[in-house]
Amino acid sequence: MKISYNFAFFDEGSKREIRRAALKAVAIPGYQVPFASREMPIARGWGTGGLQLTLSLIGKDDVIKVIDQGSDESVNAVNIKKLIKKTTGVEQTEKTSKASIIQSRHRIPEVPLNEEQILVLQVPIPEPLRLVEPSEYKTKRLHAENDYSGAWLMLFEQIMKYGSMSTGADHPVLVYGRYVMAPSPIPRFDNPKLTCSKALILLGAGREKKIYAVPPYTEVVSLAFDDYPFRVESFENKKCRICGATEVFMDEIIDEKTGMASYQCNDTSYCLKKLNNSADNQGGDISERI
Amino acid sequence: MGYVAIKGGNIAINESINRLKFERLKGEEIIEINRIKAGMRGMIDQVMSEGSLYSEDLAAIAIKQAEGSLEEAVFLIRAYRSTLPRKHYTRIIDSCEMFTERRISASFKDIPGGQILGASYDYTHRLIDFDLLDETKEDCLEWLESFKSKNSIQWSDTNLRQLPKVSDYLRKEGLIKSCGNNDKEPIDITKKNMEFPTERSERLQILTRGQTGAVTSLGYAALRAYGALHPTVGELRIGSLPLYMQNPLNTADKDEDNYYIGDIRITEVETFIPKTIDKKQGKKEIDFEIGYGICYGQNETKAIAMSILDQCLETGDINYPTHDEEFVLLHIDSVESTGFISHLKLPHYVTFQSKLDSFRKTHKGERYDEDKL
Amino acid sequence: MKGFEKPVLEIKNLNKQFGKGCSDCCDINEKKLEKNYCPECGTVYACQDISFELYGGEILGVVGESGSGKSTMMKCLYFDQEVTKGEGYLSSYKDGLMNIFNESSQQKRYIRNHVLGKVYQNPMLGLKMNFSSIGNIAQKLIAAGYRSVRDMESRGIDLLNHVNIPVFRMKEPPKNFSGGMQQRVQIAKALSNNPPVLLLDEVTTGLDLSVQANVLDLIKKIQRELGISMIVVSHDLAVIRMLANRTIVMLDGRIIEKGLTDQILEDPQHPYTQQLVHSLLV
Repeated sequence: MKISYNFAFFDEGSKREIRRAALKAVAIPGYQVPFASREMPIARGWGTGGLQLTLSLIGKDDVIKVIDQGSDESVNAVNIKKLIKKTTGVEQTEKTSKASIIQSRHRIPEVPLNEEQILVLQVPIPEPLRLVEPSEYKTKRLHAENDYSGAWLMLFEQIMKYGSMSTGADHPVLVYGRYVMAPSPIPRFDNPKLTCSKALILLGAGREKKIYAVPPYTEVVSLAFDDYPFRVESFENKKCRICGATEVFMDEIIDEKTGMASYQCNDTSYCLKKLNNSADNQGGDISERI
Repeated sequence: MGYVAIKGGNIAINESINRLKFERLKGEEIIEINRIKAGMRGMIDQVMSEGSLYSEDLAAIAIKQAEGSLEEAVFLIRAYRSTLPRKHYTRIIDSCEMFTERRISASFKDIPGGQILGASYDYTHRLIDFDLLDETKEDCLEWLESFKSKNSIQWSDTNLRQLPKVSDYLRKEGLIKSCGNNDKEPIDITKKNMEFPTERSERLQILTRGQTGAVTSLGYAALRAYGALHPTVGELRIGSLPLYMQNPLNTADKDEDNYYIGDIRITEVETFIPKTIDKKQGKKEIDFEIGYGICYGQNETKAIAMSILDQCLETGDINYPTHDEEFVLLHIDSVESTGFISHLKLPHYVTFQSKLDSFRKTHKGERYDEDKL
Repeated sequence: MKGFEKPVLEIKNLNKQFGKGCSDCCDINEKKLEKNYCPECGTVYACQDISFELYGGEILGVVGESGSGKSTMMKCLYFDQEVTKGEGYLSSYKDGLMNIFNESSQQKRYIRNHVLGKVYQNPMLGLKMNFSSIGNIAQKLIAAGYRSVRDMESRGIDLLNHVNIPVFRMKEPPKNFSGGMQQRVQIAKALSNNPPVLLLDEVTTGLDLSVQANVLDLIKKIQRELGISMIVVSHDLAVIRMLANRTIVMLDGRIIEKGLTDQILEDPQHPYTQQLVHSLLV
């Protein structure tokens, strides 16, 4: 019983079903569309929602980029890329501007996206109200009845407890003035990139079986109070130790010997691009510096 | 340090996969698929049941590939299942048509058609049989020969293909309420995401695909304390069920046009659960409700536990988690639970960096100094 | 005097049944069931043709034994359960022109958040036990449109002062509090959006006598100071006597008697009410 897999793993019927859910998601910005999530060759919670979107959308001419936590080379990104390569054979890239589909976990690339691109975000917990209300039956009704006091309450409690909003990643956003949405665990730093994005942003939660979307040029506002405005992570006075970039999301690197902290771009492809540009100008050798 | 944290993922993964293959092969022995099929019946049954795909061959390959890790084998089967177009549904089967190998009732000694003990671990002593250490193929064939000669005599004239159901007998006696057929088309949970409140067809599908351990544990919890149930196994049967498919070219709904596409071996359980019903003026009556459990292969504990949970979810008493459909149905799937737990192994550097930022903001510069601790 | 005033809340023929009903019980008016329960199909007629008005600034008492339908009625009023049929008009919602029971679930949510407050017998239903007390109050304020933390905090502190919860404990979750304190937090939460109508369902049941008196005093004080209209449900006529201006008596899902509380206590008409009043005097 030798068997080979279809292009992009799924049978065509399954792809169509997933695309239909994605279309509905685009039509109702921020609304979580339930879909019959398939079991994938990678584990639930490892990006199966994003992968299903990618595989249902991908055509032979697409160019794919996969990042995990900002890095093209992270183990999980590599793993997903391998699977896409194995089942489709499409071209892969690390250059953000070259990709037509970008699947990402926990980051939106630093390079602004364009109208020809689709950003697919992997989502572990799509329900922004889950922490206040464990029951799916009830959260569905809260969305329908436009009662998001629970989401605000989470932020209020943080302020009461810690004196400021302390959501790390996944800070809830209001999409097109109607649905409150979990933007997936992107850092707060990336939240502003969601609003009026030129690229279509699709979010897929495989285990929780939901697809939702931020269509291009849609207003997305991070929840905040009048007297406690939304603030992104601060990298003030910090610059990338490799490429010198400022105002990007940075990883903190601790020197084992000295114990001193230094910073470098989290988005590796952006860092490399910046480095190449400056190397072209100055004629230096990049690899030495890395 | 530098880029070490993020570069080189590709090489690392390839090496890890090689290492995994080495682990599988380092004993310098190959286990053939037919040996797995012949000797690992319990595993095959469990993988088919949790994998929700009836194929002994695929289950055997999966077990081989997964080195016997059940969660991994189930995962392989499920992922493969995702690539199969679903073009047809089988016709409704009356499980009375089962070719029965084993059939017991804990409720009545003399059930019509009689009890058939069949193959069961129930009455074995769980002593390790050290003779198995050097069992040979000759021993095996010799034993089979003598077993077959002894069993060639037909002991009874029972028709094993038409055994009546114990519950039907009770209905005839008026001991349980007869219920009409529910001919509503079942919802296919692999085509449509569940919505709460669920229908029974959805619940039964989730339960029968559930991880054996999880279903058993929750069923046990309902039995022990969190469900106030006292079920009796009305009937447990194991045997093969013939499957038929409607002739796709002939839409006239005639049974003789159906195609026979093969048999599946299943475990089916009906448990009787007494319920007190309030009647007029404080009078109470006892009625029996029936819990239903079914799964691929021989997996009796799971099927019984499923029948308990089926009844729990029908009742939906808010006081018990085992009656809460979201609690039960959303947490018993092997692929989902193992997947989400294992995703904790993925790097969470960005989220952690954000957390760190919040931590610093909330602590406003104070530090946990090691000297102070 | 009352006759000329427009009621704050008017309920007409509220019905709530559990179960589909059968040929035996559907026409309940003609075939009087012994109780509100059909022995054939198990349908329960929890509320039958309940009608009443609630006027500005008054406390309306609802008394009856457990199972008489009073709590079900309260659940229907707060949309915790859907009515089978009936009409309800709130003067502060669309000028009392729209039947609130016919509104969409979104509008019902709006009414809950803006026009009504409810205090449950079980504080677990009214409060998030693991969130801070001030957070519990804030949730209702957020739902009513507040977006300033400072405003919510000061409003919350006012309310907690009002219900005698020490402000230094405002960040503690209600699960740390005693039953009486939890009830007071619930009252503060229910009052937070200045609702014209407050629903109190058996709020003193299960509390110690001294704590009961404390909570009852608080309710009276609030009514006096804020002039909020309230419906107070209790199986205990003593509670009703202390609080209510007018009272309705319920039995088996129906109103069997209504009038001024004093009148009902002095001259009960229905045998059940007589029995109830008698037991209070003994």
